[in-house]
Amino acid sequence: MNASNTTNTDTSYIGRPVNRVDGVLKVTGKAQYAGEYNTSGLLHGIVICSPIPRGKITSVSTSDALKVKGVKKVFTHENVKGLPWFDLSYKDMELLPGSPFRPFYSNEILFSQQPVALVVAESLELARYASTLVRIQYETAEFETSLERNLKKGFTPRRGKTGYEKPKSRGKAERALKKADVKVEAAYFHGAEHHNPMEMFSSTVLYENDDKLTIYDKTQGVLNSQSYVTRVFGLKSKNVRVLSPFVGGAFGSGLRPQYQLFMSVLAALDLKQSVRVTLTRQQMFSFGHRPITWQKLELGANKEGRLMGISHTAISETSRFETYTENVVNWSGRLYECENVRLDYQLVPLDVNSPLDMRAPGAATGVLALECAMDELAYALNIDPLELRLKNYTEIDPAMKRAFSSKNLMDCYKQGAEHFGWEKRSYQPRSMKDGKHLIGWGMSSGMWDAMMMPARAKARLTPDGKLTVSSATADIGTGTYTIMTQIAAETLGLPLNDVTFMLGDSSFVFAPFEGGSSTAASVGTAVLYVCQNIKEEVFKLAQKIDGSPFHNTSIEKVVFANGYITSEDDPQQTIAIAEVLQRSGVKFIEEKSTDLKLKNLIKQGKYSRNTHSAVFVEVKVDEDLGMISVTRVVSAVAAGTIINPKTSRSQVLGGVIWGISMALHEDTFLDNNLGRFMNHDLAEYHIPVHADNPEIEVIFVREKDEIINPLGVKGLGEIGIIGVASAVANAVFHATGKRVREFPITLDKVF
Amino acid sequence: MNRFSYTKTHTLEEAIHEVIPNDGTKFIAGGTNLIDLMRANIERPDHLIDITHLDLHQIEETEQGGLRLGALAKNSDTAYHELVQKRYPLLAKAILAGASPQLRNMATNGGNLLQRTRCYYFYDTATPCNKRIPGQGCSAIHGYNRIHAILGTSDYCIATHPSDMCVALAALDAIVNVKGREGERTIAFNDFHRLPDDAAHIDSTLRQGELITSIELPAKGFEKHYQYVKVRDRRSYAFALVSVAAALNLDGDSIAEARIALGGVAHKPWRDVEAETFLQGKVAEPENFEKAAEMILKEAKGYKYNMFKIELAKRAIVRALTEARDLQTPEPLNCYTYNRHHQL
Repeated sequence: MNASNTTNTDTSYIGRPVNRVDGVLKVTGKAQYAGEYNTSGLLHGIVICSPIPRGKITSVSTSDALKVKGVKKVFTHENVKGLPWFDLSYKDMELLPGSPFRPFYSNEILFSQQPVALVVAESLELARYASTLVRIQYETAEFETSLERNLKKGFTPRRGKTGYEKPKSRGKAERALKKADVKVEAAYFHGAEHHNPMEMFSSTVLYENDDKLTIYDKTQGVLNSQSYVTRVFGLKSKNVRVLSPFVGGAFGSGLRPQYQLFMSVLAALDLKQSVRVTLTRQQMFSFGHRPITWQKLELGANKEGRLMGISHTAISETSRFETYTENVVNWSGRLYECENVRLDYQLVPLDVNSPLDMRAPGAATGVLALECAMDELAYALNIDPLELRLKNYTEIDPAMKRAFSSKNLMDCYKQGAEHFGWEKRSYQPRSMKDGKHLIGWGMSSGMWDAMMMPARAKARLTPDGKLTVSSATADIGTGTYTIMTQIAAETLGLPLNDVTFMLGDSSFVFAPFEGGSSTAASVGTAVLYVCQNIKEEVFKLAQKIDGSPFHNTSIEKVVFANGYITSEDDPQQTIAIAEVLQRSGVKFIEEKSTDLKLKNLIKQGKYSRNTHSAVFVEVKVDEDLGMISVTRVVSAVAAGTIINPKTSRSQVLGGVIWGISMALHEDTFLDNNLGRFMNHDLAEYHIPVHADNPEIEVIFVREKDEIINPLGVKGLGEIGIIGVASAVANAVFHATGKRVREFPITLDKVF
Repeated sequence: MNRFSYTKTHTLEEAIHEVIPNDGTKFIAGGTNLIDLMRANIERPDHLIDITHLDLHQIEETEQGGLRLGALAKNSDTAYHELVQKRYPLLAKAILAGASPQLRNMATNGGNLLQRTRCYYFYDTATPCNKRIPGQGCSAIHGYNRIHAILGTSDYCIATHPSDMCVALAALDAIVNVKGREGERTIAFNDFHRLPDDAAHIDSTLRQGELITSIELPAKGFEKHYQYVKVRDRRSYAFALVSVAAALNLDGDSIAEARIALGGVAHKPWRDVEAETFLQGKVAEPENFEKAAEMILKEAKGYKYNMFKIELAKRAIVRALTEARDLQTPEPLNCYTYNRHHQL
């Protein structure tokens, strides 16, 4: 379906800023989250975590805890037996090479804050109290958590997790860099970041007889959780139903089953009772994080500012038990036209938990370094930073030597610059001032993949004219409920209120976890297809009705809109969709999109599919005290069709704020003496508060894409953050004349 | 969190006599810090005495021409009180620079004085900390000490006192009125908090079983020339890296009296009488402010990650004194003007 065909009708929802269909439930507290489901006799678990980063548990004493009335059991490696020993049972859809962490598997400690015990009691308070009575002795072994001290110990991963693409160099970068007229070389560093969604990780396991489980889990993919639970605990899929109708943010942290899921299921099966385990805010720092990364960029250009050579090295941490990979350096070979590109990506195993995808994994890191280096190059060349990007603009993907399915980064630059007023910028650093404040303007490009994953949807239309569509996808706050409702309603020409979209239930048809900005495109296409199938069925019925106006009409000659099927040629020829079902005497029409293969696959393979952005930022820096404020941001995004400008804008706003956060605030300090993250609460792990957030303007430039999917949708989850931190850093340079290459840029680095 | 018993008292006498003079009993008022510390297993009281119903909420003028702030008056009620805004705007501004509106609505004046450090290591029972358990050692000295003290530190502890309100109270020479079984006594504000020395677990000179009843402000409020500068990592809900409460009485171009107190740099709000005396009679100009700043930071000692605080504190002192000198008729501080002040 082409959206533009039906723009004159009321039920054309694609492209309209429809309010969130789940908004009322959320603001009235009626939307229930994983840790909010109750049942009589629900038990509560509290997790105890390791104080040491590496070593062994030498003894466990649970007797004091067990003496407390109401305490049911304390689970540790000593009494948890009979679980599978092979890695495959613990693998999830992220498919990290290595050996997944198995809670309570042995007495070995692999990272600080490793969960070592679960105390289960009749109430949360009892469990929490009893957890203070468990005595665990440890023997610390030698450990190493510092990436900086071990940069020389990196290895090049041979393979990576789902979606990892091994970076490919091209041309002769070293020679080109030597011959370049102008060259910059710089190293960048950022520390660990933790996702910290508002909602803590929680699983409520409702136990029914014969080990039948209904699990409310905080996850980005119910099928991922279901498959993990069935394999680890040897259960049949039909006996494990995982639900996750609402998720209070996840940002990648819900791509892997977190340990509270394992623990609540373990306890429920053992005690044959319903159990809930919710992590504390401190424990939200005990699992994956955006990996600490050191990067080196070398850029060479001729006098005119054309890139001659690019060299990008990134060295990231991983755990000792898994190989966590991201596409960090690849972007440097794809954003600009350049024939000589050397890419190098290495990992250093340390005594930490495995890193984990966090919003725009890899790109948030790699594009940050590339785009800061581009700004440095612009100043080395004495040309405007935007001009440098324009000089090196590429219409084709230089890494793959093929066209993009669509690319309108040019309009992002143009419209972004115009709205920001970039032309009024004075080039020299420290040349713009407002009283005590130095003003800086910086910009950056951004790039992300537009992915399509196999996904299914199921739809059912009933004679009352109501349509229900379902898929085992997720809505992690992104607006999935809303946009899928829009797509379904528009396709069948039904009012929004007559359409219900359901998700977050493992009994629904297949959808992958919500990640990588792929849901709108993948599930959206499945919804479109299934609704088209319903439409065809309805039309067949409509043709069979006594006195049908459509006996001799083809489906191409009618419009489904406003609840009616209407002839294109003669608007008087019309019949209500509900009436078709009523008069046909069918109870319902049900369709599944069964084709997991993506249509158009071969054609798609001939194109690179990406989203792009241009970000413009103003900062003010207190000249004496160094305090930095971001005062203005314009983010221009090219991401194909925008199904809902309102939820899309919110997505980008969140990305921009997170980018500001990455540039100026966010950092989990790793104390290498203790091998432990120290600022593990929201008082000391800083993210921007309202007072830090400026006026943010979001622009979606027009981008028509007829290759990517029939909707032309590319996805928006990641692109909003990419390039923001570099634009902030470049603005700080413009304000102060100081290049800060170690993130976050706190005031002590500029004052 | 451990198990504890809880009682609610209604009179001051009852509260004081219910305290068993051992470490296991604590008073609780707003609870904005104590409850957090209990959840983190840092404070483990056997018994809590809820004092929120005691008659200690008033803010009233004293016979000496000052102002008495009830120990149970909320931080926000204090900051927005007409007399505080008019006569002690420095205090109002400092209070409003702290925490968040929600916390200030819960937190009491007495509790503000008794809040404990925000040192990461103090807050994490997995790490050694002399303030938590004397003799364990200090993890911060060789650890991540960016937010830690540069003045008055010891080999035992380099934690800071986190309050903003207390920095203004120190500058204003407030007095703390306390009551215990042995009767009432008054503690000069600068004697209330202590330096860590070799007993970092003791934050103040308040004795076990004593209760703060009020904080008294002397008549002099420095309402014409004052400034509270808070340097922090974000614009709200962040503790000070360095803060400065500055107050001046000017006689034409010269300084009749100066007060300077620093927050975020020591185990207590930091006053330096020598520097204040130096400024007395001097022309109120940046050169003299800089000299005073040098004097205050003369003994400062930085650690691996907080060296920057020394220079930052000097600049913040100069900024605060300069802005105090230049202050025009101030607007009354309500939450709206406060926010405007903090916009660039």
